[in-house]
Amino acid sequence: MVENRNGKKVLVTPISAEDLADIKIGDIVWLDGDLMTCRDVAHRRLVEGGRELPYDIRGKAIFHAGPIVRPIEGQKDAYEMVSVGPTTSMRMEKFEYEFTKTTGVRVIVGKGGMGPNTERACKECGAIHCVFPAGCAVVAATEVERIAEHHWDELGMPETLWCCKVKEFGPLIVSIDTQGRNMFEENKVTFNQKKDAAVAEICKHVSFIK
Amino acid sequence: MTKAESVQLMTDKMAKFVGHIGIKLPDDVIAKLSELREKETSPLAKTIYDTMFKNQEQAVALHRPSCQDTGVLQFWVKCGVNFPLIGELEALLKEAVVKATFATPLRHNSVETFDEYNTKRNVGKGTPTVFWDIVPDDDHCEIYAYMAGGGCTLPGKAMVLMPGAGYEGVTQFVMDQMTSYGLNACPPLLVGVGVATSVETAALLSKKALMRPLGSHNPNERAAQMEKLLEDGINAIGLGPQGMSGNYSVMGVHIENTARHPSTIGVAVNVGCWSHRRGHVIFDKDLNATVTTHSGVQL
Ligand code: SF4
Repeated sequence: MVENRNGKKVLVTPISAEDLADIKIGDIVWLDGDLMTCRDVAHRRLVEGGRELPYDIRGKAIFHAGPIVRPIEGQKDAYEMVSVGPTTSMRMEKFEYEFTKTTGVRVIVGKGGMGPNTERACKECGAIHCVFPAGCAVVAATEVERIAEHHWDELGMPETLWCCKVKEFGPLIVSIDTQGRNMFEENKVTFNQKKDAAVAEICKHVSFIK
Repeated sequence: MTKAESVQLMTDKMAKFVGHIGIKLPDDVIAKLSELREKETSPLAKTIYDTMFKNQEQAVALHRPSCQDTGVLQFWVKCGVNFPLIGELEALLKEAVVKATFATPLRHNSVETFDEYNTKRNVGKGTPTVFWDIVPDDDHCEIYAYMAGGGCTLPGKAMVLMPGAGYEGVTQFVMDQMTSYGLNACPPLLVGVGVATSVETAALLSKKALMRPLGSHNPNERAAQMEKLLEDGINAIGLGPQGMSGNYSVMGVHIENTARHPSTIGVAVNVGCWSHRRGHVIFDKDLNATVTTHSGVQL
């Protein structure tokens, strides 16, 4: 479901492919509902090991992140999110097409761009990749209302699947949309053109060796 | 004070300082980020800056590290030969990092190479790294503490150019790193450039350059001119906050240089991310500490 809340576009899980159809690269969205941390080993287990995820993420969101969590004192098996920031999404690129196809995940959150596998996944399955501003781990942690479940604890704190309930989690900047457009790739072309122009300009002034 | 008590006192002060650096950015960085934030016009860039500032406020309010990657600790020490704890300094800095790691908490960022295990203490063989400058006839100790995060360490590169490549070659080398790796290192960046003879001399200078206060210039006129040219050039690329496009790219470009062998130009680049966590403190011989980078801190 998509809600317009005080000018903020909020995606509420479960999210459908239609919900995402109008969303374009460069848009800013927010997330309410279910967000599960999921990174290297979990992707590998599912894609290479053929294992099923212990938590259903169909229509929900994943976060490429390795958080710091701590047990809540006086409660049994309850954890609090202390700090959670995105990690480089490109490490999951290799697995993301199959991962998305198998799990039905709709929103992938991470850091930096992803490549053709994820573009294909987003286009074929109706999903998006978004970036959460890096270095903003305290903001992200406070937007997690609670950790509802956790799985694959044997992988250690960063790799455990922390299933979070989030409220207006964001800003999420859409970097790959459901048409498969890729903001990072498009930016790279412009950046390189501007770089070449800047280099030519600087070189006019630095002939110090004569 | 006995020697042991002095060591304990300085360890405690440095532990407190390291913890503080992880939570609050230095005054000059906050001022520069505020300035750059004002100059952005797109809703995207503005929203990212708003989140960055909100994060820094919440980090202080909740007393948590502002970025989850609290880096590996590096110390640049400028120590007078008569500073009473000169011999104890390396060991006590290591102890201070361990203490800060558990008190703050900082992430465990020290993996022993080859044996490939995390020491779970945030220190290891050669970490924290201590770089020395010895000052004759002096009894003070100046320390720059720096948290080198993974993302902003990645763009680091050094190479040796032939003199024929000239400063044009230096320019190309620095600029290429900005669009290939720099954009993923959490801009706006502080860019450090070292110009010397070989890879290690240039590389050390390029990191040392990141310790300088923002807005400072290389004392050599041409080097200062090149700092400005590179700053304007990288800004013109328009990396924007987080490399997601905007009107500016960097907090500054700092060049440090030495003389070179006539047949080589060693050049290196190092970047600091927007979360540029470096702090500067000066101890006198009685261990009174003066912090110059962060207002309102008493050690
Ligand atoms: S590059 Fe800097 S701000 Fe970005 S995640 Fe790394 S340490 Fe944090």
